Amino acid sequence: MSRCVRLSVFALAATVLAAVLIVGFAGLPAFGHFHGVDGNVIDGVGVTERHATDLVTALNFDFRGFDTLGEEFILFGSVLGIVLILRELRDEHQGPRLEEADEHMLGGASEALRLLGLILVPVLLAIGGYIVVHGQITPGGGFQGGIVLATAPLSLFLAGRYLRTRFVAPHTMLEVGEAVGAAGYAMVGIAGLVFVGIFLKNFLPFGIPGHLLSAGQIDVASLAVGVEVSGAFLVAWSEFLDQAIMVRRRRAQ
Amino acid sequence: MSFLPFAVAAWLFIAGLYGIVASRNLVRTILSLTIVQSATYVVLLGVGYRNGGAAPIFADIPAVTKAVDPVVQVLVLTDVVIEATVTALLLALAVQAHKRFGSLDPNDLRVLRD
Repeated sequence: MSRCVRLSVFALAATVLAAVLIVGFAGLPAFGHFHGVDGNVIDGVGVTERHATDLVTALNFDFRGFDTLGEEFILFGSVLGIVLILRELRDEHQGPRLEEADEHMLGGASEALRLLGLILVPVLLAIGGYIVVHGQITPGGGFQGGIVLATAPLSLFLAGRYLRTRFVAPHTMLEVGEAVGAAGYAMVGIAGLVFVGIFLKNFLPFGIPGHLLSAGQIDVASLAVGVEVSGAFLVAWSEFLDQAIMVRRRRAQ
Repeated sequence: MSFLPFAVAAWLFIAGLYGIVASRNLVRTILSLTIVQSATYVVLLGVGYRNGGAAPIFADIPAVTKAVDPVVQVLVLTDVVIEATVTALLLALAVQAHKRFGSLDPNDLRVLRD
């Protein structure tokens, strides 16, 4: 199909779609006047029922924790897919080029960037950990904090120390971390089944709202998800970085 | 201006679709898909907004404060995670397509055209 034909078909389809969207949006409650029952109920009872002050995290890891289990395994599965797609092909081999064997120098990385990359590592680890464990009190939680945690080794890459990153956080460790996180969330659910008879039902004391150890299982589940998310994204990123830096096409025999 | 969030969402959706259709580079196609997906964030957050509502974080406001709907916000969180994974998978495919065909132009992916 030529580009011109494709664009005119799209123009026609987009017009119809726009009309459908307008009709559909006209049927929604007016902006600012939403009266969803679920949200109202959660807003009303979330704090007293779960002792969590961040209701988004409370919903994520408790009220609809089962969905998060599925979401987590979507992440897990797609990272498996990335590893599979970016595997070492038959005509490829891994290994840095000779001139890069010592350190990968990111093109144009200045001394200042390299220093900043190293300084950022402990800062990012601290912020990430803080966000993961305070998810039930303030905005944050496993997904958000896990990403921040994962950026810490990435800043080592910015510092031009990719091969050393591989040494500090080898693939096997990342993959094990990801799997442990994913399994940990499922274990929280099974613990609910064992201790109180219902999958993913809270089995820990609720504590005092606003305290670090409050809201029962939410903190534990959030921690498991944090480990899983940071592991998953590190596996994905290192697969991509390997493609750029490590994987070379084998010379024709 | 109560229609503005939905107009923005519809615009993002169609602009992203245009990007997918008109793109000559797989990476741009994938980025256009993320624009389409970001339309869903705007819809969800727009639907859940209540006039004058606070964020559903009761750490420093009384528990009886009127707040916006937290359910749609959780859906947006799920949405973001899914978008990240889909984008990563597609980018991995683009890497392999580039290796195989030496180009990121969808028109150069010869096997697809047969």
